Amino acid sequence: MKKQIPLIITFIAGMAMIIQYFIPHRPFSDIQQLFNTWFLIITVFAMILGLGNLLKLHTRRLQRRPSGWWYSIVLLIGFAIMFIAGMVWGIERGTPFDYLFWNVHLPMSSMMFALLAFFVASASYRAFRARTPEATLLLVSAILVMIGRVPLGNYIWDKLPLLGDWIMSYPNMAGQRAIMIGIALGVISTSLRIILGIERTYLVGK
Amino acid sequence: MNIIERLEKIDRRIIFILILLAVIIPLLLPIGFKIKVSEPVRIFYETIEELQPGSIVLISSEYDPSTMPEVYPMNQALARHCFAKNLKIIGMGLWPQGIPLNQASMEQAAEEYGKEYGVDYVNLGYKAGGIVVISAVSENIPTTFPQDYAGRSVEEFEVMEGVKNFDNIDLIVSLSAGDPGVRQWIMIAQGRYGKKVSGGVTAVSAPAFYPYLHAGQLRGLIGGMKGAAEYETLIKKSGTASRGMDAQSIAHGLIVLFIVLANVFFIIGKRKKA
Amino acid sequence: MIETIGIWIAALLTLCILSFLYKENPFYKFAEHLFVGVSAAYWAVYYYYNILRPNLIQPLFIEGQILFVIPLVLGIMMVMRLFPKVGWVSRWPLAFIVGTYAGYNLITYLQSNAVDQVRATLISFIHLESWGDFIGNPGVITFLNAIAVPVVVVGVITGIIYFFFSREHKGVFGGFAKTGVWFLMIAFGASFGYTVMARISLLIGRMYFLLHNWLRVI
Repeated sequence: MKKQIPLIITFIAGMAMIIQYFIPHRPFSDIQQLFNTWFLIITVFAMILGLGNLLKLHTRRLQRRPSGWWYSIVLLIGFAIMFIAGMVWGIERGTPFDYLFWNVHLPMSSMMFALLAFFVASASYRAFRARTPEATLLLVSAILVMIGRVPLGNYIWDKLPLLGDWIMSYPNMAGQRAIMIGIALGVISTSLRIILGIERTYLVGK
Repeated sequence: MNIIERLEKIDRRIIFILILLAVIIPLLLPIGFKIKVSEPVRIFYETIEELQPGSIVLISSEYDPSTMPEVYPMNQALARHCFAKNLKIIGMGLWPQGIPLNQASMEQAAEEYGKEYGVDYVNLGYKAGGIVVISAVSENIPTTFPQDYAGRSVEEFEVMEGVKNFDNIDLIVSLSAGDPGVRQWIMIAQGRYGKKVSGGVTAVSAPAFYPYLHAGQLRGLIGGMKGAAEYETLIKKSGTASRGMDAQSIAHGLIVLFIVLANVFFIIGKRKKA
Repeated sequence: MIETIGIWIAALLTLCILSFLYKENPFYKFAEHLFVGVSAAYWAVYYYYNILRPNLIQPLFIEGQILFVIPLVLGIMMVMRLFPKVGWVSRWPLAFIVGTYAGYNLITYLQSNAVDQVRATLISFIHLESWGDFIGNPGVITFLNAIAVPVVVVGVITGIIYFFFSREHKGVFGGFAKTGVWFLMIAFGASFGYTVMARISLLIGRMYFLLHNWLRVI
């Protein structure tokens, strides 16, 4: 029972989505709308689950006090301030929540990912070697695209931007399309296996 | 260790400093490289240009602050372009952090062109669920988004009058930094309903969308900060993307130099060992 | 005044994260943990205002639409996963989510990523107009445009052949697979080039903020 009912639910939900695609009339369109609305709501609870886990983990760290436990206080205080600001004063432009978004969340989020620029440059110098003909082809393609796609390329050779565009539009596009079709076939077969109950790894546990 | 071995094993913090300087110096001392417009961006621009005044554009923001330097300038330029042509905008998003960014872009452009919230544009906010949200919106927008991003009923807004589903939308533009994003809009909006979909994406994901562009499933593609700069050039309004192009050029040149030098040292090292 | 304080907070937090480049330090760890806490709260608040309130609380508790009890119950069952003894009940809503996604993905990937892509590849191998341009105006770019269509068709077919691992890549088949690898390497090189572009753009954005909004030197 613990596994049978979920498998039946998966089958019904999956088949409902497939059938409404081919028969977009009532009652299948109504069922699709209903399931869509339920899906939006249930997904939120899935996120609440993730949030609950995060808070549970850091609250435990406060109790157990491993090394660096005081950073968990920073996390929990940051969460509390942002949460209270949003729930009490709303989220419109000009509210404390909006202020914290632009001046606390945004700069840190941006800078975290901007750090990658340094690491990609370091990796380019220290690791990117033309050891094989295929690696050389990869390197040449990367260089042509990197220089062709910035204004500097036009000043080195006026045909370089066109060459960069040609690489993107034809050989790159062909390679990407091959990958895309391969992935699509994989997704289709996995989805079918899930709907038919052959693939059950998402039901792990007792 | 000889000089080549020393250069090969250079402390990475020196590389970090060089990259930092390659970005900061052109920002302080602009060079003024001219920006050439590519075909995918031209198609995007022309797709908007074809629309008649009063047409409704759905702008869906699927990005966050970590990709803001690339996608936010596109958002700003798009809002300006739409308002310049007297198009109506319905904003929404499949990523929560995209909502205030989309709102800020639309507000800024609205101020420049004398447009009013609720009359010329609205921000419906965020819903979780990716492809399911798109499917829900395709059937009924007010049911999926009964309130705007700030909790006001959508029935209050003049711009939403008569807007029920995709039949009332003339163009869908997804500005995305990943999944869910442009791909899902193509799958449902274009694949199932035949709607025109255009996309603005980060440079990381741009190569993967060329097959959709080639197949006609995507009407134009703005890729990364360079794409945003090209779009700013076309609408004749310089923004943050255009200003960053000099730094982008110098930084790219430096990285190419790193790659070339590293491989020259590698080949010399290999020959010495042989 | 409040705006200036905000810019200073943003700039100092940016520098805290940037300090990681030298080595991991308490300033970076402080900013990292603050970021996680603030992000989690951001998502929680948005879920409440944009989903829970308009799509559940409003229709169920204010408009009295009883059918919305079902997603509420399924949602609560999902959260039960936090408690090991009753965690198994979360399988029902999970099954619903997985089934719905699988159903959508099966159709949409088949349509947009398989059928439409194959259809777009079934184009005439020789594009006479492009060859005419090349003959009339021989050059690198006109030649590349003339061979563009065969490049696409050969690239897609050989790329797909490479991914067929049920047969050993030997002989003629192996030759096709090897050609596919070349196209894939060009695609990966292009992706790498664009990845570099993306990362540098992010850095430019942050440096622009520090120089323009904070220090006001540009």
